Amino acid sequence: MSGADRMGLDDPDAVFAALVAAHAGLDEASSRRLDAMLVLLLAHAVGDTGRVMAAIAEARRLI
Amino acid sequence: MGFSAPRFAARPSVDDGARHPVIVVGGGLVGLTAALDLAQRGIAVVVLDEDDTVSEGSRAICFAKRTLEIFDRLGLGRRMREKGVQWNTGRVFRGAREVWHFDLLPEPGHANPAFVNLQQYYAEAWLVEACLATGLVDLRWKHRVTLVEPGAEGVRLAVETPFGVVGLVADWLLACDGARSFVRESLALPFTGQVFRDRFLIADVVMRADFPPERWFWFDPPFHPGQSVLLHRQPDDVWRIDFQLGWDADPESERQPERVRARVRTMLDATVGPEAAFELEWVSVYTFRCRRLERFRHGRIFFVGDSAHQVSPFGARGGNGGVQDADNLGWKLALVLQGAAPEALLDSYDAERIPAADENILHSTRATDFITPKTAAARAYRDAALALAGEHAFARGFVNSGRLSRPCVLAGSPLSTDGGASGLAPGTPVPDAPVLRDGVATWLLAELGRDFTVLAFGDPAAAPEGAIVVSATPAPGVLWDHEGLAARRFGAEAGHVVLIRPDQHVAAHFDRFDAAALAEARRRAMAA
Repeated sequence: MSGADRMGLDDPDAVFAALVAAHAGLDEASSRRLDAMLVLLLAHAVGDTGRVMAAIAEARRLI
Repeated sequence: MGFSAPRFAARPSVDDGARHPVIVVGGGLVGLTAALDLAQRGIAVVVLDEDDTVSEGSRAICFAKRTLEIFDRLGLGRRMREKGVQWNTGRVFRGAREVWHFDLLPEPGHANPAFVNLQQYYAEAWLVEACLATGLVDLRWKHRVTLVEPGAEGVRLAVETPFGVVGLVADWLLACDGARSFVRESLALPFTGQVFRDRFLIADVVMRADFPPERWFWFDPPFHPGQSVLLHRQPDDVWRIDFQLGWDADPESERQPERVRARVRTMLDATVGPEAAFELEWVSVYTFRCRRLERFRHGRIFFVGDSAHQVSPFGARGGNGGVQDADNLGWKLALVLQGAAPEALLDSYDAERIPAADENILHSTRATDFITPKTAAARAYRDAALALAGEHAFARGFVNSGRLSRPCVLAGSPLSTDGGASGLAPGTPVPDAPVLRDGVATWLLAELGRDFTVLAFGDPAAAPEGAIVVSATPAPGVLWDHEGLAARRFGAEAGHVVLIRPDQHVAAHFDRFDAAALAEARRRAMAA
């Protein structure tokens, strides 16, 4: 999964803005929990352990 | 009340300098199980215990299905089922609200339930009786080992007794002396792993209450905010309650009866009502650890149970893992002592039980990490999983209040043979199934006996000599698989032949009978 491959979402700007906006007014702990919930929901939506593990490794690589 | 702890008489050892084929150090759950198993195989065993009674407090209360099957073979299963509290259901709460529940044994057709809750002291008292009944177990109370000298020809022990010090020599020594094993410390063997920075209050409470016989686990309940609580029902109206306290709790003040009573009172007010009366029977404060020895066999010394590996209690993998260690070692040691198998067979104890210990450590570590998050991120994921679990079934899979003990599949065992059949793989414990023998209802596991067994599916005329035949149709002497569950659980078709080890694990599964291949599989299963 390298950055330039493909853009799977038809409106990335809207998704990005919605992710940021979802955190509005939350303290640090709630914000963190929201992200964790999103990750778990999206991992379930992906539905493939290998792809989820690859995404974890990719994110960690770029930190 | 139900149980009164026996006091066993300490007698002088009058055999100073004597050599014994097997000496077991530690007459607890695991040591007594090992002694009983060996004695039932005809081996004389000396058991040395520093105390003169059974376990104080309920300790390893959850006896898993596989352990009950082992105790069935040892002749104690029925007693445990009848006295114990049988349960299959676990409920998980977040706050005051149930998030979901799970059934650990969703299908019928097994002699044993998923779990029986029984105080460890009952199991130990019955094991002592059963050991004495064999006439082969020499139980020596108030015998404390003070010196261990391993040697190529035997293990020398110095044993302190009320009557003086005696020296004994063991051909084989079983160190069943628990997590703080003196034998292990004598050998200066590293016992490595991790400590969880948390403390748990464990209480046995006597009360009359109507909670059903289930495992109840609360995350962040209103009566103990920010921590977890686990509730189990035991016989004699004894309830086991585990309160998570956090790392900053002071163990000394937390075990004070007044303090414990206040915690229990708060819990009962919120769950049963203020009228519920109770008494405290036993209280302890623990910090949990997951660690193990690098190897469990050291020459003539075997480490069995907690002396070899220690787990946190979430998942009931300590006592159950130890009993399965004893089950794994007993038949091997008996065959070697009887000259029927080479000593190499004993190496398979490490090959089979180290992976089993790692599996138990992995699961209990993950559960403890979920219950006691180490970092802000771990806490966020934990709380996210709990928040989702109420409404999203998928998220319940993430919630880990303990992955409850399952029998270990001895995958990759050097004793296994690939027989080419699809279906139940070698290393798997034999699944139970209801069968009829000459019109009498029985269980497949109850028919297996104590030695190697050959199971043949299908036509009795085509079966190898001495095999137990499992047939889809009734015939004299066969096990009639009248519900088809044995064949289904084995994944076996007519003509399949399965070699089963004395510990009821599959050694080889063939899709057809071949006398030479079967004999070879049996040799391999004995490391011959």
